[in-house]
Amino acid sequence: MTTTLFRTGSGGLIDRSRPLRFTFDGKSYSGLQGDTLASALLANGVHLVGRSFKYHRPRGIMGIGADEPNALVGVRRDDARYTPNLLATQVELYDGLDAVSQNRHPSLENDRMAVNDRLLSRFIPAGFYYKTFMWPHKAWDRLYEPRIRAAAGLGVAPDKPDPDSYTQRYAHCDVLVIGAGPAGITAAMEAATADARVILCDDRAAMGGSLLSAASVTIAGKDSSVWLDESLAALARMPNVTLLSRTIAFGYYPHNWIGLTERLTDHLAVMPAGRPRERLWQVRAKEVVIAAGAIERPLVFPGNDRPGIMLADAARTYLQQYGVSVGRRVAIVAAHDSAYRAAHELRAAGIAVVVIADIRSRPAVANPPDCAGTRILSDASIEGTTGKLRVTSITLSAGSKRETFACDTVLMAGGFTPSVHLFSQSRGKLAWDPELQAYLPGQSAEAERSAGACRGRFALEEALADGMEAGRAAARSAGFATGVEVHGPAVTVSHPIGEGGHIGATSSSKGAKDKAFVDWQNDVTANDILLAAREGFISIEHVKRYTTTGMATDQGKLSNINALGIVSEATGRTIPEIGLTTFRAPYTPITFGSLAGRARGDLFDPARVTAFNDWAIEQGAVFENVRNWKRAHYFPRPGEDMHAAVARECLQVRKSVGIFDASTLGKIEVVGPDAAEFLNRFYVNAWTKLGVGKCRYGVLLREDGFILDDGVVGRLAPDRFHVTTTTGGAARVLNMMEDYLQTEWPDLRVWLTSTTEQWSVIAVQGPNAREVLSPLIEGLDVSAEAFPHMSIADAQMCGVPMRLMRVSFTGELGFEVNVPSGYGAMVWQAIWERGKLYDMVPYGTETMHVLRAEKGFIIVGQETDGTVTPDDVGLAWAIGKAKPDFVGKRSLARPALAASNRKQLVGLLTRNPQIALEEGAQIVSPSAPGTSIGHVTSSYHSSVLKKSIALALVRGGRARIGQILHVSMPGGSIPVGVVAPVFFDPEGKRINV
Amino acid sequence: MLLLECPYCGPRAEIEFRYGGESHIRRPGPHAEVSDAQWADYLYNRKNLKGEHRERWLHAAGCRRWFNVARNTVTHQVLAVYKMTEPCPLPDDTGAPVGDPSMTPGTAMGGAA
Ligand SMILES: [Zn+2]
Repeated sequence: MTTTLFRTGSGGLIDRSRPLRFTFDGKSYSGLQGDTLASALLANGVHLVGRSFKYHRPRGIMGIGADEPNALVGVRRDDARYTPNLLATQVELYDGLDAVSQNRHPSLENDRMAVNDRLLSRFIPAGFYYKTFMWPHKAWDRLYEPRIRAAAGLGVAPDKPDPDSYTQRYAHCDVLVIGAGPAGITAAMEAATADARVILCDDRAAMGGSLLSAASVTIAGKDSSVWLDESLAALARMPNVTLLSRTIAFGYYPHNWIGLTERLTDHLAVMPAGRPRERLWQVRAKEVVIAAGAIERPLVFPGNDRPGIMLADAARTYLQQYGVSVGRRVAIVAAHDSAYRAAHELRAAGIAVVVIADIRSRPAVANPPDCAGTRILSDASIEGTTGKLRVTSITLSAGSKRETFACDTVLMAGGFTPSVHLFSQSRGKLAWDPELQAYLPGQSAEAERSAGACRGRFALEEALADGMEAGRAAARSAGFATGVEVHGPAVTVSHPIGEGGHIGATSSSKGAKDKAFVDWQNDVTANDILLAAREGFISIEHVKRYTTTGMATDQGKLSNINALGIVSEATGRTIPEIGLTTFRAPYTPITFGSLAGRARGDLFDPARVTAFNDWAIEQGAVFENVRNWKRAHYFPRPGEDMHAAVARECLQVRKSVGIFDASTLGKIEVVGPDAAEFLNRFYVNAWTKLGVGKCRYGVLLREDGFILDDGVVGRLAPDRFHVTTTTGGAARVLNMMEDYLQTEWPDLRVWLTSTTEQWSVIAVQGPNAREVLSPLIEGLDVSAEAFPHMSIADAQMCGVPMRLMRVSFTGELGFEVNVPSGYGAMVWQAIWERGKLYDMVPYGTETMHVLRAEKGFIIVGQETDGTVTPDDVGLAWAIGKAKPDFVGKRSLARPALAASNRKQLVGLLTRNPQIALEEGAQIVSPSAPGTSIGHVTSSYHSSVLKKSIALALVRGGRARIGQILHVSMPGGSIPVGVVAPVFFDPEGKRINV
Repeated sequence: MLLLECPYCGPRAEIEFRYGGESHIRRPGPHAEVSDAQWADYLYNRKNLKGEHRERWLHAAGCRRWFNVARNTVTHQVLAVYKMTEPCPLPDDTGAPVGDPSMTPGTAMGGAA
């Protein structure tokens, strides 16, 4: 056993037979199983654990749990497993734990930036960001901001991907109890006894809350530790109870939706392979009982931040729960009776309590400790402290006497603040209790109730009874019968918690030489808040933002109420008049990993692939992402770049034949007696007269008249249509169809089925397309006469069902072979083998784009941008003029949408055929070069036409055909000729063969 | 995350649903009788209420059916859930198509995805 000087000889919940080694800033220490990093450091006499955020003052451990503002450490397991900004008070010790301090250069003991405190602090007062560094602007970017950021830092984020896994779980329960202290335990017991399904969670490793540090307390005639063990064992035996320790309730969301994170492995010396590090619980509770306890309040006095200055009840807890003496000579500054309980228990452990300085006039004398050797001052004023890396003395005055006491520890007993964070997150209304001087939960906004210290029931007997009542009431509200009312268990305590408390700064803070801190983590002093008040910041929301008090990672758990008190005194308004700032989730910082869960890497946003994906990979295709789809962009041969590959693919499609994966196009089967009528109302086109076996190009508008989507629609039967959409628009179009069918035209008998993934689609395009396909087709004559352009029919290919469409997005003779996706690869291979006779090429989306642009076919989302009407892009012919209504029709009649100077689709040709315009480039008229009249929407090198081509939207464009316009390019604007937007085979001779 | 009671499937978490904006907006027609101002009002203007709101929801990851919810936009309290073809069951309701067969039950806004 190593000697840890500040470990007591006996007592506590640590396992003295299991020593653990750990390092802090590279130095080795020994702790015990059951320690936190904080308790283990204190057991070794280490208080100094950090440097403060702004002034780089030495800081020590102050608290015991989630409220700790100073003891932020990084814990490193390996290169990738480094977690910054953990609270030493929450880090469970394991053998080999490696922790480092933060925000100090080069070391905690010797921090260069400490100059901030001694020399620079007058330059960095409250609101200094807003005042000091505003001018000159360049200096802010280059000089001030980088230096401030370097100086004011939290831990460093790990730079490797997180190797751990995280899991998530949804859960439902009748009663969720948050906090397993005395009130939470009795609440859970009562609700569970009534047969309610109960989840009881607590952020600590061990359940029990304040009972874990109870000394000389009996409950129902038993020692409190026995009562606690028996109660937890009874709960664990009940099948309707789920106990979650190491689980923090971080967020309270509408309709009783609570977020919990459960830490599964961080406390283990060896991370078990394959086990998740954390589990996110998303709990929907019928009823919630918040039993979150209370947070001890520090006192604001000059020099109140030296290492060794900490909360009194935290010191008591370190003693009772961990067997740790926080010091040898302790001074206590008090505004609450709990100081005397702490004094008594510390003295009983052999720690010298040199003085209790009570700032109140009449300290509680109901339970005075055995006072021998301890001075008790009343009406005390705390003048200051000394000590470089640890407090060495405190100066107090009482009456006219001023005295300095040597000490190594100063404890602050400022009273207790009910932890109303989650209640406030649930949008419950807080109510100020003037007697307790505390905000308490008032009217609930959810099916929720608070119990115990978090609603001001601080005494153990009260908390136990309050929890029982809350548990019973929650079970009843959730629909369970509860038994006869029983009173809470009888309790005896040798030293009750008592009462009292102080809010705001103590009297000596004003005008003191040393800083009196309100917010330790953000380095906000009482003077900062007074300055803000003097400068006119009256609203607490403004004070918060101006001084940054309460805005650190601890969200002001210790500081908010004292800041309120200072503003109250400075402005002469009561605390309820000032109000409160908003409590926000998360209650404590949580990991991104727990929120992401399994949604990482390939599962973050899963890619969609077609049946031909493997084939395309084998062929060396380069892919592009289209929404979630992986689409073959082009198929380079050895030595080819994209330009060369696309040029070759284009030429070969026009010369012979090409094969293209069109599977990603959206497909919807529209079926029912009113299917044609539905399409009439939905698309701009007229559908009634479309014959069975025929296709038509459909245009879909939004109700505001602008193009939303397009695609070919084929009629399979009088009551059955095969509708195709753009790749990106598939889900949108189906959603919109369902919306109109259900909410505008529920009278129509139409059924919709998405078939996008059911069909694999193989486009075969080019003069030899028919020669390639016809020997493979069974049961269908695909001759020019029997199966002309824009035909559709069901038949067979390679022995499997096939839906064949004769359509063309290239301007060539073309077919689209639809086969069930499971057969897709087989059919593709058969077509590919046959296509070799005709030197068929596979082509990708880039060649598809070029070929359609040569024909002037638009792409929705490229030629259109949500402000484009059918007429703008030359599609007015598609509109069924005789139809009384269709989606968007009324909008097309609005004056702005019918104006003659709207941007219209035209073609552009550069004088130098080698120059391709930039897509998105602005277009101007030479007569008015300052005004943009349009932009380039598509631009390509056409290997077929041996020149560059471009499509553009130009104001009044159709009337400008034949004119010269200017397009801005990186090297300056160049002249372009305006032409009709069809560059290749304008008569369409090649399609109709 | 809200808990919404789909009239077809029962209570489900909000993550399964998609919000569809204000409900009970009549698509004006026939077109010849609709002024530009009326049409623009239909296209672009919504109440954006603070308080009791009648709104459309789609059970997108469930039965894919639209329905109406009367919800307090401040407290998230759900006051009523009713089908598209039903009037709002709240006694003080003014937006429901009660006894007016010409009134269409909801508003599909094309492309308001
Ligand atoms: Zn449903």
